[in-house]
Amino acid sequence: MAKNFDIPTPKKRLLSLQMDPKKFEPATDAEKRQQDVMAESTTFFRDGMRRLMQNPLAVMSMVILLLVILMMIFAPLFVPYGYEEMITVNGVRDPAAANLAPFHYSALEQQYMDQGGKIFPHIMGTDELSRDYFIRVVYGTRVSFLVGVFASLMVLIIGVLYGAISGYAGGRVDLWMMRIVDIIYSLPDLLIIILLAVVFKESLDFSQIPIFANLGTNMVSMFIVFGLLYWVGMARLVRGQILTIKENEYVLAAKSIGASAKRIIQKHIIPNIISVIIIMTAQEIPAAIFTESYLSFIGLGVALPMPSLGSLANAARSGMQSYPWKLVFPSVMIILIVLAFNLIGDALRDAFDPKLRK
Amino acid sequence: MAKYLVKRVALALVSLFLVCFITFFTMNAIPGGPFNGEKAKSAAVMQVLNERYGLDKPVGEQFFNYLKNILHGDFGVSLKTGRDIATTIGESFKVSAKIGLLAILVALIFGIILGAIAALNRNKWPDRVIIFFVTLFTAMPSFVMASFLLLIFCIQLEWVPVWSTNNPNYVLPVLALSLSPMAYITRLTKTSMLDVLGQDYIRTARAKGVAHWKVIFVHALRNSLIPVITYVGPLTASILTGSLVIEKIFTIGGLGSKFVDSITNRDYTMIMGTTIFLAFIMILMNLVSDILYKIVDPRIKLD
Repeated sequence: MAKNFDIPTPKKRLLSLQMDPKKFEPATDAEKRQQDVMAESTTFFRDGMRRLMQNPLAVMSMVILLLVILMMIFAPLFVPYGYEEMITVNGVRDPAAANLAPFHYSALEQQYMDQGGKIFPHIMGTDELSRDYFIRVVYGTRVSFLVGVFASLMVLIIGVLYGAISGYAGGRVDLWMMRIVDIIYSLPDLLIIILLAVVFKESLDFSQIPIFANLGTNMVSMFIVFGLLYWVGMARLVRGQILTIKENEYVLAAKSIGASAKRIIQKHIIPNIISVIIIMTAQEIPAAIFTESYLSFIGLGVALPMPSLGSLANAARSGMQSYPWKLVFPSVMIILIVLAFNLIGDALRDAFDPKLRK
Repeated sequence: MAKYLVKRVALALVSLFLVCFITFFTMNAIPGGPFNGEKAKSAAVMQVLNERYGLDKPVGEQFFNYLKNILHGDFGVSLKTGRDIATTIGESFKVSAKIGLLAILVALIFGIILGAIAALNRNKWPDRVIIFFVTLFTAMPSFVMASFLLLIFCIQLEWVPVWSTNNPNYVLPVLALSLSPMAYITRLTKTSMLDVLGQDYIRTARAKGVAHWKVIFVHALRNSLIPVITYVGPLTASILTGSLVIEKIFTIGGLGSKFVDSITNRDYTMIMGTTIFLAFIMILMNLVSDILYKIVDPRIKLD
């Protein structure tokens, strides 16, 4: 090796580095600056959020969802109609105000307004029982939204607990727990849901329990059904993740220096699966909204007169020819919400799934 | 392979039994028998009815008898119309099967073609247009899709006549059923095709001078269809459950609308029969697609 250089290398001892200082030169200032850390140090979460905010579709979806949520909360406060209340003009019931087009007024309302009275406009018209349609769509959105969020929260809790126990325990426990999951997974879920919804609708009575009484039996049975069947996907995912993480060298290293099980779960397992769980939950919400609207559409959803987007769309079918907007408004609402959640779910996956980064 | 087959078939049988079990016992849990109709019946009449339909026996025995009858292809008679359920299912399923099969074909063929186009034109305009519609269609529940199609093409534009038994027009129901699964298949094909196109064997094929179209059809497309096979099972399930509302919307007298009607009418035997029948098809298709998947892709370990 040394033969290639002009300057003969001084003879060194056998085990020395054999380094010749003359072959090196000091770095210039420009070269030194290359070593400087330019970017701010970042955490996994902050980095993910930055990626999320750079995705225009995700930001747009979040804005849409925010607007929908604001509408859900505040619209009932300033719209002077109730969701099950017939329109009254100056204290008189107005049956002629049925099936009005958006921003139209009935003869009685027109007359009242000519006399100087104030009528809140029917932003989405009225339905066949002369109820303000906008407020019904708002309440329908509330119902669909809440069902979606709570159902996915239930899926989250049950699925994560089940999957974590199964994955962490391993061995025979894991085998049997997963066999149960396999069986539930292979059941045709929507059929079972329809079946259970029929039965619960007939046989359960929650009118004595205060919180459930407002929700109606159908809603409660829907939660039961979701809780019984929909968690298996989450459980599988969490178990798979835990099994992989458990095999990693850093867990072995932590164990070998005497870390407790609690510390391994807290410091190594939870931070590594949290992003996958969040992504899955975000994708679960639109699925739950789909199922709710489907059940409502075939008449197994929330109890009347409480509207849901599915039951509004179903009721609008009969007058589709003459009053198409009654079908369009709740349908567009479903599409908007599901689309926004889908896009956010995809964006979350892109931003927080380290496996996708290359 | 044999071990996997046995295991997979056993799982399917267990699920099928469980469906029967859940169906039977949930139906029994409903308060008020099937004969508590509008008119009050005397105790004697009720007893005769109960004896005739075997409802006076203990629940366990009823279940056992029911299972035995199902194995003989006998689903009992409808409590509302008195007709044989197996015959009713057979007749109405003919209509549903025709629409369903067409929808599956449309979803598969167009989904695969569009997915391949999107993958081959990644980030160019065909890809963007396809992905726009895919995203939109996956956000539309089947009943919204069906109502909108009906509203636009039947009522507003009057291009397609409304469904009638004498003059059935399959275009809209098939479209309504197939668009969302098609969107899913497009997405699936696109992802897997992009994955396959990045593989070494594609580069090898190109390097040794295989023609461009041959690389795409023989090397890339065939391999990227493997994930699509796994979706055939869920696809059938989605088409079948979708048909429940779509037949209702288009007023098609198929199995779907019979099922929804039997729910509204509390026709227990009909609900049970239809549920078990539909579940059987779904579980069977899942089994078939799982086994096909293992056969087609030799990389997957059989166990």
